[in-house]
Amino acid sequence: MAQLVWLCPVACMKNTQEFGYDSRIEGDVIHTNLDAAINWFRKNSIWPMPMGLACCAIELMATGASRFDISRFGMEVMRFSPRQSDVMIVAGTVTYKMAMSVKRIYDQMAEPKWVIAMGACASTGGMYRSYAVLQGVDNILPVDVYVAGCPPRPEALLDALMKLQAKVQREPLLATLKKPGPALAKA
Amino acid sequence: MNSTELANRLHTKFGELVSTPTEFRGEVSVKVADAERIVEVCAFAKKELGFDYLVDVSSLDNYDEDPRWTVVYHLYGIASKQYLRLSVSVTEEKSELPTVINAWRTADWHEREIYDMMGIRFRGHPDLRRILMWEGYPYFPLRKDFPLAGKPSDLPEVAFSKAAPLEGGPFVTAPGGKDSIEREPRVRTPEN
Repeated sequence: MAQLVWLCPVACMKNTQEFGYDSRIEGDVIHTNLDAAINWFRKNSIWPMPMGLACCAIELMATGASRFDISRFGMEVMRFSPRQSDVMIVAGTVTYKMAMSVKRIYDQMAEPKWVIAMGACASTGGMYRSYAVLQGVDNILPVDVYVAGCPPRPEALLDALMKLQAKVQREPLLATLKKPGPALAKA
Repeated sequence: MNSTELANRLHTKFGELVSTPTEFRGEVSVKVADAERIVEVCAFAKKELGFDYLVDVSSLDNYDEDPRWTVVYHLYGIASKQYLRLSVSVTEEKSELPTVINAWRTADWHEREIYDMMGIRFRGHPDLRRILMWEGYPYFPLRKDFPLAGKPSDLPEVAFSKAAPLEGGPFVTAPGGKDSIEREPRVRTPEN
Protein backbone atom coordinates (compact mmCIF):
# COMPACT_ATOMS: atom_id res chain seq x y z
CA MET A 1 0.00 0.00 0.00
CA ALA A 2 2.61 2.51 1.09
CA GLN A 3 4.69 1.84 -1.97
CA LEU A 4 1.77 2.57 -4.22
CA VAL A 5 0.80 5.75 -2.48
CA TRP A 6 4.33 6.96 -2.98
CA LEU A 7 3.78 6.77 -6.72
CA CYS A 8 1.53 9.78 -6.53
CA PRO A 9 3.97 12.50 -5.50
CA VAL A 10 6.33 11.30 -8.21
CA ALA A 11 3.55 11.39 -10.72
CA CYS A 12 2.35 14.79 -9.57
CA MET A 13 5.70 16.38 -10.27
CA LYS A 14 5.39 15.49 -13.97
CA ASN A 15 2.71 17.91 -14.89
CA THR A 16 2.68 16.78 -18.47
CA GLN A 17 1.46 13.30 -17.63
CA GLU A 18 -2.22 12.67 -17.96
CA PHE A 19 -4.13 10.67 -15.43
CA GLY A 20 -6.57 8.53 -17.25
CA TYR A 21 -8.23 5.29 -16.52
CA ASP A 22 -5.79 2.42 -16.76
CA SER A 23 -7.17 -1.06 -16.27
CA ARG A 24 -3.68 -2.52 -15.52
CA ILE A 25 -3.32 -0.56 -12.32
CA GLU A 26 -6.93 -0.26 -11.36
CA GLY A 27 -7.42 -0.30 -7.60
CA ASP A 28 -3.67 0.03 -6.89
CA VAL A 29 -3.29 3.77 -7.24
CA ILE A 30 -4.83 6.43 -5.04
CA HIS A 31 -4.71 10.07 -6.02
CA THR A 32 -4.00 12.35 -3.10
CA ASN A 33 -1.75 15.23 -2.23
CA LEU A 34 1.50 14.99 -0.34
CA ASP A 35 0.17 16.72 2.78
CA ALA A 36 -2.61 14.22 3.15
CA ALA A 37 -0.36 11.22 2.51
CA ILE A 38 2.35 12.19 5.00
CA ASN A 39 -0.21 13.24 7.62
CA TRP A 40 -1.89 9.88 7.13
CA PHE A 41 1.41 8.09 7.86
CA ARG A 42 2.04 10.25 10.88
CA LYS A 43 -1.34 10.03 12.48
CA ASN A 44 -1.35 6.26 12.45
CA SER A 45 1.94 5.82 14.25
CA ILE A 46 2.02 8.49 16.93
CA TRP A 47 4.29 7.07 19.58
CA PRO A 48 3.50 8.34 23.07
CA MET A 49 5.94 9.61 25.65
CA PRO A 50 4.20 8.58 28.89
CA MET A 51 4.70 11.45 31.34
CA GLY A 52 2.99 9.69 34.24
CA LEU A 53 3.03 11.93 37.30
CA ALA A 54 0.04 10.86 39.39
CA CYS A 55 -3.10 8.71 39.40
CA CYS A 56 -3.89 9.57 35.75
CA ALA A 57 -0.90 7.40 34.88
CA ILE A 58 -2.84 4.38 36.14
CA GLU A 59 -5.58 5.11 33.59
CA LEU A 60 -2.87 5.64 30.99
CA MET A 61 -1.56 2.15 31.77
CA ALA A 62 -5.08 0.76 31.45
CA THR A 63 -5.36 2.47 28.07
CA GLY A 64 -2.25 0.63 26.98
CA ALA A 65 -3.43 -2.74 28.23
CA SER A 66 -5.53 -5.29 26.36
CA ARG A 67 -9.02 -4.19 27.38
CA PHE A 68 -8.79 -0.74 25.80
CA ASP A 69 -5.89 -1.53 23.47
CA ILE A 70 -4.19 1.65 22.35
CA SER A 71 -2.50 -0.31 19.55
CA ARG A 72 -5.67 0.02 17.47
CA PHE A 73 -4.38 3.53 16.76
CA GLY A 74 -0.76 2.59 16.13
CA MET A 75 0.19 4.09 19.48
CA GLU A 76 1.11 1.06 21.51
CA VAL A 77 4.79 1.86 21.33
CA MET A 78 5.23 3.78 24.58
CA ARG A 79 8.70 5.22 24.32
CA PHE A 80 10.56 6.08 27.49
CA SER A 81 13.06 8.05 25.46
CA PRO A 82 11.82 11.47 24.38
CA ARG A 83 13.96 11.24 21.25
CA GLN A 84 11.81 8.43 19.88
CA SER A 85 8.36 9.72 20.73
CA ASP A 86 5.84 11.99 19.06
CA VAL A 87 3.20 12.85 21.63
CA MET A 88 3.81 13.60 25.28
CA ILE A 89 0.86 12.49 27.39
CA VAL A 90 1.14 14.56 30.56
CA ALA A 91 -0.81 12.32 32.92
CA GLY A 92 -1.07 13.79 36.39
CA THR A 93 -0.23 16.65 38.72
CA VAL A 94 2.67 18.78 37.52
CA THR A 95 4.37 20.29 40.55
CA TYR A 96 6.62 23.29 40.28
CA LYS A 97 9.48 21.05 41.32
CA MET A 98 8.79 18.77 38.33
CA ALA A 99 7.89 21.50 35.83
CA MET A 100 11.38 22.20 34.51
CA SER A 101 12.02 18.46 34.06
CA VAL A 102 8.81 18.07 32.03
CA LYS A 103 9.86 21.02 29.89
CA ARG A 104 13.34 19.60 29.44
CA ILE A 105 11.98 16.23 28.31
CA TYR A 106 9.59 17.97 25.91
CA ASP A 107 12.48 19.98 24.48
CA GLN A 108 14.36 16.74 23.78
CA MET A 109 11.53 15.34 21.65
CA ALA A 110 12.10 15.59 17.91
CA GLU A 111 9.71 17.58 15.70
CA PRO A 112 6.93 17.03 14.86
CA LYS A 113 5.61 16.67 18.41
CA TRP A 114 2.34 17.07 20.20
CA VAL A 115 1.16 17.30 23.79
CA ILE A 116 -1.94 15.90 25.48
CA ALA A 117 -2.84 17.29 28.91
CA MET A 118 -4.58 14.35 30.55
CA GLY A 119 -6.88 15.08 33.47
CA ALA A 120 -7.85 18.10 35.52
CA CYS A 121 -4.42 18.59 37.13
CA ALA A 122 -2.40 18.64 33.93
CA SER A 123 -4.99 20.88 32.27
CA THR A 124 -5.56 23.48 34.99
CA GLY A 125 -3.94 22.41 38.25
CA GLY A 126 -7.20 20.69 39.18
CA MET A 127 -8.11 20.71 42.84
CA TYR A 128 -4.61 21.82 43.78
CA ARG A 129 -4.94 25.58 44.10
CA SER A 130 -1.69 25.41 45.92
CA TYR A 131 1.77 26.86 46.35
CA ALA A 132 3.30 23.65 45.02
CA VAL A 133 1.38 22.86 41.82
CA LEU A 134 1.74 24.35 38.35
CA GLN A 135 -1.70 25.65 37.33
CA GLY A 136 -1.88 23.81 34.02
CA VAL A 137 0.93 22.36 31.94
CA ASP A 138 0.04 24.88 29.20
CA ASN A 139 2.03 27.37 31.26
CA ILE A 140 5.18 25.69 29.96
CA LEU A 141 4.19 23.55 26.93
CA PRO A 142 1.93 24.08 23.88
CA VAL A 143 -0.95 21.68 24.57
CA ASP A 144 -2.88 20.20 21.62
CA VAL A 145 -5.67 18.31 23.38
CA TYR A 146 -7.04 18.67 26.91
CA VAL A 147 -8.83 15.75 28.54
CA ALA A 148 -11.33 16.43 31.31
CA GLY A 149 -11.72 14.03 34.22
CA CYS A 150 -10.19 13.18 37.55
CA PRO A 151 -8.83 10.85 36.37
CA PRO A 152 -10.31 10.47 32.87
CA ARG A 153 -11.47 7.00 31.82
CA PRO A 154 -9.33 5.25 29.21
CA GLU A 155 -12.09 5.90 26.68
CA ALA A 156 -11.65 9.62 27.24
CA LEU A 157 -7.92 9.35 26.57
CA LEU A 158 -8.57 7.30 23.43
CA ASP A 159 -11.03 9.98 22.31
CA ALA A 160 -8.31 12.59 22.86
CA LEU A 161 -5.91 10.52 20.77
CA MET A 162 -8.48 10.30 17.98
CA LYS A 163 -8.98 14.07 18.17
CA LEU A 164 -5.21 14.42 17.93
CA GLN A 165 -5.24 12.17 14.86
CA ALA A 166 -7.86 14.40 13.28
CA LYS A 167 -5.74 17.41 14.12
CA VAL A 168 -2.63 15.85 12.59
CA GLN A 169 -4.58 15.01 9.44
CA ARG A 170 -5.58 18.69 9.08
CA GLU A 171 -2.05 20.05 9.45
CA PRO A 172 -0.82 22.10 6.48
CA LEU A 173 2.35 20.09 6.44
CA LEU A 174 4.29 21.49 3.50
CA ALA A 175 3.52 25.07 4.43
CA THR A 176 5.00 24.59 7.91
CA LEU A 177 7.69 22.04 7.10
CA LYS A 178 10.59 24.45 6.96
CA LYS A 179 9.48 26.60 9.87
CA PRO A 180 11.04 25.76 13.22
CA GLY A 181 8.70 24.29 15.80
CA PRO A 182 7.70 26.12 18.96
CA ALA A 183 10.73 24.92 20.86
CA LEU A 184 13.20 26.22 18.30
CA ALA A 185 11.25 29.35 17.50
CA LYS A 186 11.50 30.56 21.11
CA ALA A 187 15.25 29.98 21.43
CA MET B 1 2.75 -0.88 81.97
CA ASN B 2 0.42 1.61 80.24
CA SER B 3 1.29 4.99 78.73
CA THR B 4 0.33 7.00 81.82
CA GLU B 5 2.61 4.91 84.03
CA LEU B 6 5.43 5.19 81.50
CA ALA B 7 4.87 8.96 81.28
CA ASN B 8 4.94 9.16 85.09
CA ARG B 9 8.31 7.42 85.06
CA LEU B 10 9.57 10.13 82.70
CA HIS B 11 8.20 12.78 85.08
CA THR B 12 9.84 11.08 88.09
CA LYS B 13 13.16 10.80 86.32
CA PHE B 14 13.33 14.37 84.99
CA GLY B 15 11.24 16.26 87.57
CA GLU B 16 10.36 19.79 86.48
CA LEU B 17 11.63 19.24 82.94
CA VAL B 18 8.79 16.85 82.06
CA SER B 19 5.23 17.81 83.02
CA THR B 20 2.75 15.44 84.62
CA PRO B 21 0.95 13.45 81.92
CA THR B 22 -2.40 14.65 80.56
CA GLU B 23 -4.83 12.25 78.97
CA PHE B 24 -7.33 13.05 76.22
CA ARG B 25 -9.44 10.35 74.56
CA GLY B 26 -7.01 7.68 75.69
CA GLU B 27 -3.95 9.47 74.36
CA VAL B 28 -1.25 10.52 76.80
CA SER B 29 0.84 13.66 76.35
CA VAL B 30 3.62 15.30 78.29
CA LYS B 31 5.23 18.69 77.80
CA VAL B 32 9.00 19.02 77.88
CA ALA B 33 9.97 22.42 79.28
CA ASP B 34 13.37 22.91 77.69
CA ALA B 35 13.91 22.15 73.99
CA GLU B 36 17.66 21.96 74.56
CA ARG B 37 17.21 18.86 76.74
CA ILE B 38 14.88 16.96 74.39
CA VAL B 39 17.70 14.57 73.44
CA GLU B 40 18.16 13.13 76.95
CA VAL B 41 14.39 12.78 77.44
CA CYS B 42 14.10 10.92 74.14
CA ALA B 43 17.12 8.74 74.85
CA PHE B 44 15.60 7.73 78.20
CA ALA B 45 12.18 7.09 76.63
CA LYS B 46 13.74 4.83 74.07
CA LYS B 47 16.30 2.92 76.17
CA GLU B 48 14.54 2.64 79.52
CA LEU B 49 10.84 2.87 78.63
CA GLY B 50 10.93 0.84 75.42
CA PHE B 51 9.56 3.50 73.02
CA ASP B 52 11.55 2.07 70.15
CA TYR B 53 9.48 3.54 67.32
CA LEU B 54 9.28 7.24 66.45
CA VAL B 55 5.94 7.40 64.62
CA ASP B 56 6.13 11.03 63.59
CA VAL B 57 7.60 14.39 64.36
CA SER B 58 5.35 17.31 63.56
CA SER B 59 5.29 21.02 64.22
CA LEU B 60 2.73 23.70 65.03
CA ASP B 61 2.77 27.40 64.25
CA ASN B 62 1.10 29.26 67.14
CA TYR B 63 1.02 32.46 65.13
CA ASP B 64 0.89 35.67 67.23
CA GLU B 65 1.77 33.75 70.38
CA ASP B 66 5.04 33.34 72.16
CA PRO B 67 6.76 30.92 71.86
CA ARG B 68 5.70 30.59 68.24
CA TRP B 69 6.65 26.96 67.51
CA THR B 70 5.64 23.67 69.07
CA VAL B 71 7.42 20.51 67.98
CA VAL B 72 5.58 17.26 68.73
CA TYR B 73 7.12 13.78 68.94
CA HIS B 74 4.85 10.76 68.65
CA LEU B 75 6.39 7.65 70.21
CA TYR B 76 5.30 4.03 70.16
CA GLY B 77 6.61 0.97 72.00
CA ILE B 78 6.30 -2.06 69.77
CA ALA B 79 6.55 -4.53 72.68
CA SER B 80 4.39 -2.55 75.13
CA LYS B 81 1.93 -1.37 72.41
CA GLN B 82 1.77 2.04 74.08
CA TYR B 83 1.75 5.50 72.53
CA LEU B 84 3.23 8.62 74.07
CA ARG B 85 3.32 12.19 72.82
CA LEU B 86 6.06 14.65 73.75
CA SER B 87 5.68 18.32 72.92
CA VAL B 88 8.23 21.06 73.25
CA SER B 89 8.08 24.80 72.60
CA VAL B 90 10.63 26.72 70.55
CA THR B 91 10.82 30.50 70.28
CA GLU B 92 10.76 32.24 66.92
CA GLU B 93 14.02 34.07 67.64
CA LYS B 94 15.79 30.77 68.17
CA SER B 95 13.87 28.50 65.73
CA GLU B 96 16.35 25.75 66.52
CA LEU B 97 16.53 22.63 68.67
CA PRO B 98 18.82 19.59 68.82
CA THR B 99 18.15 16.61 66.56
CA VAL B 100 16.94 13.30 68.03
CA ILE B 101 18.49 11.32 65.20
CA ASN B 102 20.83 9.55 67.62
CA ALA B 103 17.83 7.98 69.35
CA TRP B 104 15.77 7.17 66.22
CA ARG B 105 17.36 7.24 62.78
CA THR B 106 13.92 7.75 61.24
CA ALA B 107 13.95 11.29 62.64
CA ASP B 108 16.12 12.19 59.65
CA TRP B 109 13.31 12.75 57.14
CA HIS B 110 10.75 13.95 59.70
CA GLU B 111 13.09 16.71 60.78
CA ARG B 112 13.94 17.59 57.20
CA GLU B 113 10.23 17.98 56.48
CA ILE B 114 9.77 20.31 59.45
CA TYR B 115 12.77 22.32 58.31
CA ASP B 116 11.34 22.49 54.78
CA MET B 117 7.75 23.38 55.66
CA MET B 118 8.13 25.40 58.88
CA GLY B 119 11.71 26.62 58.86
CA ILE B 120 12.75 25.19 62.23
CA ARG B 121 16.36 24.03 62.19
CA PHE B 122 17.64 20.88 63.88
CA ARG B 123 21.13 21.28 65.30
CA GLY B 124 23.38 18.29 64.68
CA HIS B 125 21.26 16.89 61.84
CA PRO B 126 23.66 15.25 59.35
CA ASP B 127 21.78 16.29 56.20
CA LEU B 128 19.44 19.22 56.84
CA ARG B 129 18.21 19.92 53.29
CA ARG B 130 14.73 20.63 52.03
CA ILE B 131 12.86 17.42 51.34
CA LEU B 132 9.71 18.42 49.39
CA MET B 133 10.40 21.85 47.94
CA TRP B 134 13.54 22.49 45.94
CA GLU B 135 16.77 23.76 47.44
CA GLY B 136 16.70 27.54 47.12
CA TYR B 137 12.92 28.01 47.52
CA PRO B 138 12.75 31.15 49.65
CA TYR B 139 9.63 30.48 51.79
CA PHE B 140 8.28 28.06 54.40
CA PRO B 141 4.80 27.11 53.14
CA LEU B 142 3.24 25.68 56.31
CA ARG B 143 3.71 28.86 58.33
CA LYS B 144 0.47 30.66 59.15
CA ASP B 145 1.65 33.88 57.51
CA PHE B 146 2.23 32.11 54.19
CA PRO B 147 -0.79 32.54 51.86
CA LEU B 148 -2.66 29.43 50.71
CA ALA B 149 -2.25 30.47 47.08
CA GLY B 150 1.53 30.55 47.43
CA LYS B 151 3.99 33.26 46.44
CA PRO B 152 5.86 33.87 43.21
CA SER B 153 9.50 32.84 43.16
CA ASP B 154 12.03 32.10 40.47
CA LEU B 155 15.25 30.11 40.56
CA PRO B 156 16.51 29.98 36.97
CA GLU B 157 17.13 26.47 35.59
CA VAL B 158 15.71 24.89 38.75
CA ALA B 159 12.11 25.88 39.38
CA PHE B 160 9.69 28.77 39.52
CA SER B 161 6.40 29.24 41.31
CA LYS B 162 3.43 31.57 40.94
CA ALA B 163 0.50 32.45 43.14
CA ALA B 164 -2.46 30.19 42.33
CA PRO B 165 -5.75 31.83 41.30
CA LEU B 166 -8.19 31.25 44.14
CA GLU B 167 -11.26 32.84 42.50
CA GLY B 168 -12.52 34.30 45.75
CA GLY B 169 -11.47 31.30 47.83
CA PRO B 170 -10.15 29.62 49.91
CA PHE B 171 -13.21 27.40 49.96
CA VAL B 172 -13.93 26.11 53.44
CA THR B 173 -16.29 23.34 54.51
CA ALA B 174 -18.58 23.85 57.50
CA PRO B 175 -18.66 20.61 59.48
CA GLY B 176 -21.82 20.13 61.52
CA GLY B 177 -24.09 21.94 59.08
CA LYS B 178 -27.63 20.54 58.91
CA ASP B 179 -27.46 19.45 55.26
CA SER B 180 -24.85 18.99 52.56
CA ILE B 181 -25.67 22.36 50.99
CA GLU B 182 -24.73 24.06 54.22
CA ARG B 183 -21.64 21.88 54.73
CA GLU B 184 -20.21 22.12 51.23
CA PRO B 185 -17.05 24.12 50.54
CA ARG B 186 -17.80 27.82 50.08
CA VAL B 187 -16.04 31.11 50.42
CA ARG B 188 -16.33 31.87 54.11
CA THR B 189 -15.26 35.27 55.37
CA PRO B 190 -15.93 36.64 58.85
CA GLU B 191 -18.94 38.56 57.41
CA ASN B 192 -20.86 35.49 56.20
